[in-house]
Amino acid sequence: MDKKRIWEGFRPYVLIAPAMAGIFLFVMYPVGYLIYLSLFKYNLLNKDKSRFVGLDNFTQILGRGDFYKALWNTTIYTAGVVVLTMLLSLLFAVWLNKKGRFNSIVQAGIFTPHVVSIVSISLVWLWLMEPNQGLLNYVLKLVGLPPSDWLQSSKTALMSIIIVSVWQAIGYYTLIIVAALQSISPSIYEAAALDNASKFKVFYKITLPMISPQLFFILIIMTIGSFKVFDTVQVMTGGGPNNATTTLVYYIYGFRTTNIGYASATGVLLMAVIGLLTFVYFRLLAKKVHYQ
Amino acid sequence: MKTLEWKSIGQALSIVLKAAVLILFIFPFLWMISTSLQTLRETMAFPPTWIPASPQWGNFVEAMNAGPFLTYFKNSVVVTGSIIILQFLVMIPAAYAFAKYKFPGKTVLFGMILLAFMIPGQVTFIPVYLMMAEWGLVKTLLPQIIPFVSNAFGIFLLRQYFMQIPEEIIEAARLDNASEFNIMRKIMIPMSGPALATIALFSFVSHWNDYFWPLVMTDSAAVRPLTLGIAMLRETEGISNWHIIMAGNVMLVVPILLVYLFCSKHIVKAFVYSGIK
Repeated sequence: MDKKRIWEGFRPYVLIAPAMAGIFLFVMYPVGYLIYLSLFKYNLLNKDKSRFVGLDNFTQILGRGDFYKALWNTTIYTAGVVVLTMLLSLLFAVWLNKKGRFNSIVQAGIFTPHVVSIVSISLVWLWLMEPNQGLLNYVLKLVGLPPSDWLQSSKTALMSIIIVSVWQAIGYYTLIIVAALQSISPSIYEAAALDNASKFKVFYKITLPMISPQLFFILIIMTIGSFKVFDTVQVMTGGGPNNATTTLVYYIYGFRTTNIGYASATGVLLMAVIGLLTFVYFRLLAKKVHYQ
Repeated sequence: MKTLEWKSIGQALSIVLKAAVLILFIFPFLWMISTSLQTLRETMAFPPTWIPASPQWGNFVEAMNAGPFLTYFKNSVVVTGSIIILQFLVMIPAAYAFAKYKFPGKTVLFGMILLAFMIPGQVTFIPVYLMMAEWGLVKTLLPQIIPFVSNAFGIFLLRQYFMQIPEEIIEAARLDNASEFNIMRKIMIPMSGPALATIALFSFVSHWNDYFWPLVMTDSAAVRPLTLGIAMLRETEGISNWHIIMAGNVMLVVPILLVYLFCSKHIVKAFVYSGIK
């Protein structure tokens, strides 16, 4: 009997042990290890030659132009993607909200890029944006506009990547907003109709506040997701031309074998930024957002 | 009468616009397929070739011969399949314990899972790679599998689902002397089919498509998945052989598009649900 009691006390820990072990080993411990590495000049070939340098890596990062360039690119990218995706998916969601066969086909259609690998998406757009034979420039010429260098000019490369990311993300966020819109009780709209409220006013005074929790949630995941951008950059431009599209993660990736301590220190900064964003948004979420 | 006319014009306009939007999102994939069947000359023609004169199936053979694609494909299947199977073995008991037991430290431990969910692989990849190298695993598929066996998001989602299963059912089973293992197997799992399907689909899509993690974890062709193999076609085939690159791309996209075509409703639901909760 006693043995059984002891076992029952232990049982939940046994059940969660594999999961906790995995999380400890591949998330918690690596985070600690990352911070540790960031304090070293790490020698990949001969670990014993690694040298403790304190905060040197961090002071080095903050004194380097290419880091600020990467941070700037990432910020511009994030701002562009978040604003455009937010506006367009809100527009699409309101537009495609009504239940119907055609609307659900369009919804499934715009969602398609989201289930496809970013590698494929990047390759297809790389081909579409090819300056000489690409279809986009053909269309531009057809309607009488000047062709663009797209990914091959440092002026337009980041914008081109933003376009591709927005194109890929819209479907997902549209569907989340549609789900949010459909969860609003019709009786609220009926009441507004009785008051003869204009469509614009209904949207601004009812719809928007009612879906604000989901919009804030979207804002968090979009911002964090954009800050981690890597795949599109790696496949489409390799950070170029002239570092015009080097983003934070790509920057870290570039140093991952040549200077592990430095890359780790940048990783710590990335983690801090992501942590800060999460924290700020959760605070906003608690304060401003309307709940039912 | 006039307002009615305006209304139907508006409706027609809306349908045309919606069709245009649909084309904007589907066309790049059609263009990929069309290019994959063109000759090199056709890809460079001006104006562009919309439909190839005779489909060049040989492009696929050429793409396949550009690298060990059978190995890449096998690696993708093994990695994705192993993750899905192993993560359920880990996730179900953990979600069950977090949903149905009270024990000291539960809140803190569950908090750790939520925290883990927030920390992306882009932050942890350097230390994890060093660990894998130290354990001598870099030449195996394990670095692509074991970090994902404990799926924080899945545990979270499944726990929510388990909590909705009434306590009475579990108590009744316990009175009948059912073991905890059998409660999971015969009650919890069958009653949470939709959540399990959601997690499985979500895992399948995200790991089949994953590019970043395998890129930073592998350094030899023997362990690379399909995504990396296709991305490397640009280097092996040269940057102007778009017909070959697109043929490789079709091979990467079509399996997922087929799955999507047949269960788009479930996939959409899985993604949206994971986004709202």
